[in-house]
Amino acid sequence: MINSHKILETIKMINEENLDIRTITMGISLRDCCGEDIDRVCNKIYDKITKKAANLVKTGEDIEHEYGIPIINKRISVTPISAVGESCNTDSYVKIAKCLDKAADETGVNFVGGFSALVHKGYTKGDRILINSIPEALATTEKVCSSVNVASTRAGINMDAVYEMGKIIKLTAEYTKDRAGFGCAKLVVFSNAVEDNPFMAGAFHGEGEPETVINVGVSGPGVVKKALEKVKGEDFSIVADTIKRTAYKITRMGQLVAKEASSRLNVPFGIVDLSLAPTPAIGDSVAYILEEMGIEKCGTHGTTAALALLNDAVKKGGVMASSHVGGLSGAFIPVSEDAGMIDAVNIGALSIEKLEAMTCVCSVGLDMFAVPGDTSPETIAAIIADEAAIGMINTKTTAVRVIPAPGAKVGDRIDFGGLLGHAYVMPLNKYKSDDFVKRGGRIPAPINSLKN
Amino acid sequence: MRAVVTVLGSDKIGIIAKVTAVLAEYNVNILDISQTIMQNIFTMIMLVDISKSNIPFSQLVDVLDETGKELGVDIKTQHEDIFNSMQEI
Repeated sequence: MINSHKILETIKMINEENLDIRTITMGISLRDCCGEDIDRVCNKIYDKITKKAANLVKTGEDIEHEYGIPIINKRISVTPISAVGESCNTDSYVKIAKCLDKAADETGVNFVGGFSALVHKGYTKGDRILINSIPEALATTEKVCSSVNVASTRAGINMDAVYEMGKIIKLTAEYTKDRAGFGCAKLVVFSNAVEDNPFMAGAFHGEGEPETVINVGVSGPGVVKKALEKVKGEDFSIVADTIKRTAYKITRMGQLVAKEASSRLNVPFGIVDLSLAPTPAIGDSVAYILEEMGIEKCGTHGTTAALALLNDAVKKGGVMASSHVGGLSGAFIPVSEDAGMIDAVNIGALSIEKLEAMTCVCSVGLDMFAVPGDTSPETIAAIIADEAAIGMINTKTTAVRVIPAPGAKVGDRIDFGGLLGHAYVMPLNKYKSDDFVKRGGRIPAPINSLKN
Repeated sequence: MRAVVTVLGSDKIGIIAKVTAVLAEYNVNILDISQTIMQNIFTMIMLVDISKSNIPFSQLVDVLDETGKELGVDIKTQHEDIFNSMQEI
């Protein structure tokens, strides 16, 4: 009846190999909170979130305790605030951001995502107000995360929004310059954003989602790395197979927690995000998995191929382990949050160009990397445009979360703390893209958008 | 409901006696025990039935954790589903 080997394997994965549930994220619709008076809207938002998510953290902790599996974060995602705030007679949504922050404190969650706008084809009044509110909102709140979708395969790339986000990112860094531009760590610019993503900073509760929903994101790069250590020198079929088996087990854990949380909270289960999400802890790195495959340092030649194999095998292994898969699903490569990536940047093995190539074959994009403080808004916009183009053409989600740390020079170390880790400032191409990004308008949707 | 209790640590006299006494005190029924010394580490795994237990499960987890500290071993008590879901299709 007792299979000691299997029980001990599970315990070892949790205790020694950093297997954990990264997040239980409760999506909450705020569509019924609209109104003309922003103070009333804030009250409605606060009441709804604190009521719906009253037991979220407690339930997460109970599950953690009873099953012996760490659940690192409990989070909330809400309807994009650009839509919720649109009817308000106001020119700033900073008040709403502060209200979200207060609701996050009251419920005890780690983050609340959804200070967001979707402008891939153009702006509404609410979108404009939201985007203009981002720098101050992120500077005056702690737990609020913001995202803006500027491109999609169906709509093309809104280059006006891309350029504007270049400026907004610079401004956000400026507003939080006493904390090395920390505000930018809570701001993502998307192409093909998904509606059910449990991960931050890009989570929001999409249009097609129910009133409330539970989405779960798993983690476990350390477990995959350890599993690969046992098949040293074997060919790629065996490597892929080993990753698939491990991903299956990791995802089963996510499915169990998601179903349990959903039933205890009486909130429908949405999806499990088949993710490999690193943390700065040694032994919890995606880069180390690639290095285990035989890449001397993450970023050298062969890295993209290794990551492609990893990403695909994670999905293949995970997909059968969960009844509903969604979100971003894939291996994440946030530079500052991954010990191996941090090291690779520090010694010059990983460049921005290689990082961009890596984003073509995994989830999600150019994530949590620091660039010099004097980088122009135009250059940041051009970085966003490149990444958005990769997403648009390949029908995948891509994103940019860049920190132009004020005053920082190439090679400087920037500390964000906690799960966000630290980063060394990466060098960028010295030539300008100003005339390109200033053209404005939209890059048309690609031919592969015409699927009907 | 069933749970898995794992005890890991250095071997000494009375580990099983103490752990089973605690389980009996809280009306927890032992369904199966497997005990071995693996790489010099005392390893005991028990499958227990907690449906008639007289304290809430999360409290039992804490009590056994305390017992482990007194004995100088690591005791984990986990809902059995975590092992079933991970290891079975």
